[in-house]
Amino acid sequence: MTSESNNVVKKSGNPMQSGTAKALLQKYGIILVLLFLIIVITLVQPKFLSPTNLFNVMTQSSIYGIMALGMTLVITSKGIDLSVGSMLAFSGVIMASFAQASTAASLYYPGISDLPAIVPVLVALAVGMLLGAINGGLIAFTGIPAFIATLGMYTIARGAALIYTGGKPVSNFTEGVLFFGSKIGVIPIPVIVYVIMITITWVLLGYTSFGKNVYAIGGNIKAAEISGVNVKKNLVFIYSFCGLCAAVAAIVFAGRVGSVHPGAAVGYELTAIAATTIGGTSHYGGIGTIWGAVIGALVLGVLRNGMTLIGIDAYWQQIVEGCIIIVAVIFDMRKNAKKK
Amino acid sequence: MEMEKDILVMKDIVKTFPGVKALKGVELTVKYGEIHALMGENGAGKSTLMKCLIGIHPPTSGQIYFEGSLIENYNTAEALKLGIAMIHQELSPVEHRSIMENIWLGREPKNKLGIIDHKKMYDMTKEVLAEIDFNEDPKTLMVNLTVAQMQMIEIAKALSYKAKLIIMDEPTSALTNKEIEQLFTIMRRLKENGKSIIYISHKLDEIYAITDRITVYRDGEFIGRGDTKDIDISQLIKMMVGREVDEMFPKEVCEIGEVKMSVKNLCYGRKFKDVSFDVRKGEILGIAGLVGAGRTEVIETLFGIRGKTGGQILIDGKEVDIKTPRDAKTNKMALLTEDRRATGIFPMLTILQNVIIANLGKYMKKNGLLSHKDAIADTNEFVSAISIKTPSIYQKIENLSGGNQQKVLVARWLLTDPEILFLDEPTRGIDVGAKAEIHRLISRLAGQGKSIVMVSSELPEVMGMSDRIVIMHEGKVTGIVENNSELTQEEIMKYATGQTAGHLA
Repeated sequence: MTSESNNVVKKSGNPMQSGTAKALLQKYGIILVLLFLIIVITLVQPKFLSPTNLFNVMTQSSIYGIMALGMTLVITSKGIDLSVGSMLAFSGVIMASFAQASTAASLYYPGISDLPAIVPVLVALAVGMLLGAINGGLIAFTGIPAFIATLGMYTIARGAALIYTGGKPVSNFTEGVLFFGSKIGVIPIPVIVYVIMITITWVLLGYTSFGKNVYAIGGNIKAAEISGVNVKKNLVFIYSFCGLCAAVAAIVFAGRVGSVHPGAAVGYELTAIAATTIGGTSHYGGIGTIWGAVIGALVLGVLRNGMTLIGIDAYWQQIVEGCIIIVAVIFDMRKNAKKK
Repeated sequence: MEMEKDILVMKDIVKTFPGVKALKGVELTVKYGEIHALMGENGAGKSTLMKCLIGIHPPTSGQIYFEGSLIENYNTAEALKLGIAMIHQELSPVEHRSIMENIWLGREPKNKLGIIDHKKMYDMTKEVLAEIDFNEDPKTLMVNLTVAQMQMIEIAKALSYKAKLIIMDEPTSALTNKEIEQLFTIMRRLKENGKSIIYISHKLDEIYAITDRITVYRDGEFIGRGDTKDIDISQLIKMMVGREVDEMFPKEVCEIGEVKMSVKNLCYGRKFKDVSFDVRKGEILGIAGLVGAGRTEVIETLFGIRGKTGGQILIDGKEVDIKTPRDAKTNKMALLTEDRRATGIFPMLTILQNVIIANLGKYMKKNGLLSHKDAIADTNEFVSAISIKTPSIYQKIENLSGGNQQKVLVARWLLTDPEILFLDEPTRGIDVGAKAEIHRLISRLAGQGKSIVMVSSELPEVMGMSDRIVIMHEGKVTGIVENNSELTQEEIMKYATGQTAGHLA
């Protein structure tokens, strides 16, 4: 209730007008948190700021960072994807079976010679997108909650990976695939892949009608439908893209580790969800940014790397991480709380 | 002394929020056993005053006397104990629990061991339900009740607190006419038993039907008070908006062209059957009827939200197949839904995003990216063309008033360049001043040759705006009438209640 005339805007929330310190703090608060972490860690352990270590942080963040990009689309559309870790493992082992050097001991496909890297890469992407499309299709066409659909996929994809490999890791990759874990000069390839994926997702979310539809579906799915948005098709796309991101993460994973275990990336889905959440994407839907997902992933990366450098016990690291996630969401809910 | 007849006296109530003076020294007196209407546009201060009364916000200054004694510094629980209960506009029952558990929530009768005494709770519930003649089993789950029944439970709950003063905030917004009648019966009974009711509603006909006195506020100030029978509608509107609203229904005479859309024997399951009508270019076709007559279902079917189970839709003489809202859009249709918040706006998105969402294809460049420049230009154009009051198009739509939100939705659909517009309760929940503006806009669109189909529960609106009126009763069209000066509300009500059939123009 304000004394303003009823026709006038009730609250002045114009970004031009509300450039107060408080508003800035809320908008960019998570960057301040990141800077604060960097400063504190550097004060205790100056080695943190060395280029080598910084690239380390980014390389370590890249795998769940890439998954967080897809997750941002999913959560912005008011969904969730619990299956990204399992999708990484499944697309990873399939890819790995096509990436083996012909000299390897336990070959999946003994008849074929060394395949160019593009083959396993495309295989991984196809598998990831297919699994994601199944998730999206289930959600769109049967109406079951995303939580349930992707919980099913979480178990199914993991089981499929175990069946495919008989529970054994797949290794001995060709040079072409190991390239994804290497460096060009000082710059690690995983970081380059991450940056490319950030750019793609950023354009997708901000500059295409698909992106606008993601916000609309998360903001009010019924209104989106009535406005003529093809909600079902878009849901399939959203989850396919999330599956694609999991597959890209699998490629980086394979390159870095040099083998893919069917039990790989357990719990990564939760790290990806955490990074997305810390980055300010709202689980109530309709609110989410790519730069937020990147900062969120970096906060987790800096935190993990920094705590290890400082020598904080690994068990305590988990507690700190949990607290940060909860605080981030409390902060976020206040920011997005309806001003009444 | 006067006070003996008054259950409630609020004097010089001031309420300031940071930066805003919401109440500037207002007063309110309510007598024992009266139904007292609070009137005013959105933002007039009614809700704030009620929040002060029930202890949500203490007033900044001023006095509140309840049953003759000064009350201060109390919270909602203490207000309830005093006998002041409020029935909120939006009910929030615990849906999967029973009626009795909802009524006695948090104060369940217990035995000596501290275990809930279900038998006693059951009997006590029977007792309060009897007071309002409500014959549902106390063990029925809330989720099985209609909105109207849930409201009855809220009233029963208020009675269970021995409430002497009951505040009802727009209680009829989700009720059918029949249910409203039942509510009024209960209200009259409560009044006879000496209870006082403060009644907040935007529906003028209800105010005249049920209330004894009216107090009007505007912009946080007390404007006036009087017996309902002594204040006529135009006087009341003038008090509320501070100016004459002679042009409430600014229907312009426009040229009516050939038939744009023909609906033939349209059916949807059991909801409605054999609905047929034409709408012409430049025509405003009203659809009247009681809630539950199937009006919304008809236009939702025409718009592809639900698939028709029979009948034909012809546009420009050609049959069209509309299965989804996308098909409707392709056929140049637009729909403003009944429930703006649930199916219209994207609350957390900006005006810009809300406007362009139905027409993204227009902004797609050859490279697949969106042209924000064009989208911004178009949005700005509409904001000024239909005077949406906002500091910028980057404002979140939830920060706008209802009337302006509705205009944003109109802009969304105008951007798709529709030829047929379906408007479902286009002015619901919008205050008097903004209503007239929406009406002017509708009239202007008809003037541009667009065909308009408008569903409204407010007869004055239907009669003020339409060229012809389709009247429905229980899923059937009972009449299609020319809207001329001879048409009366009574005649429409006859068709709407199914007393007359035929006369299909």
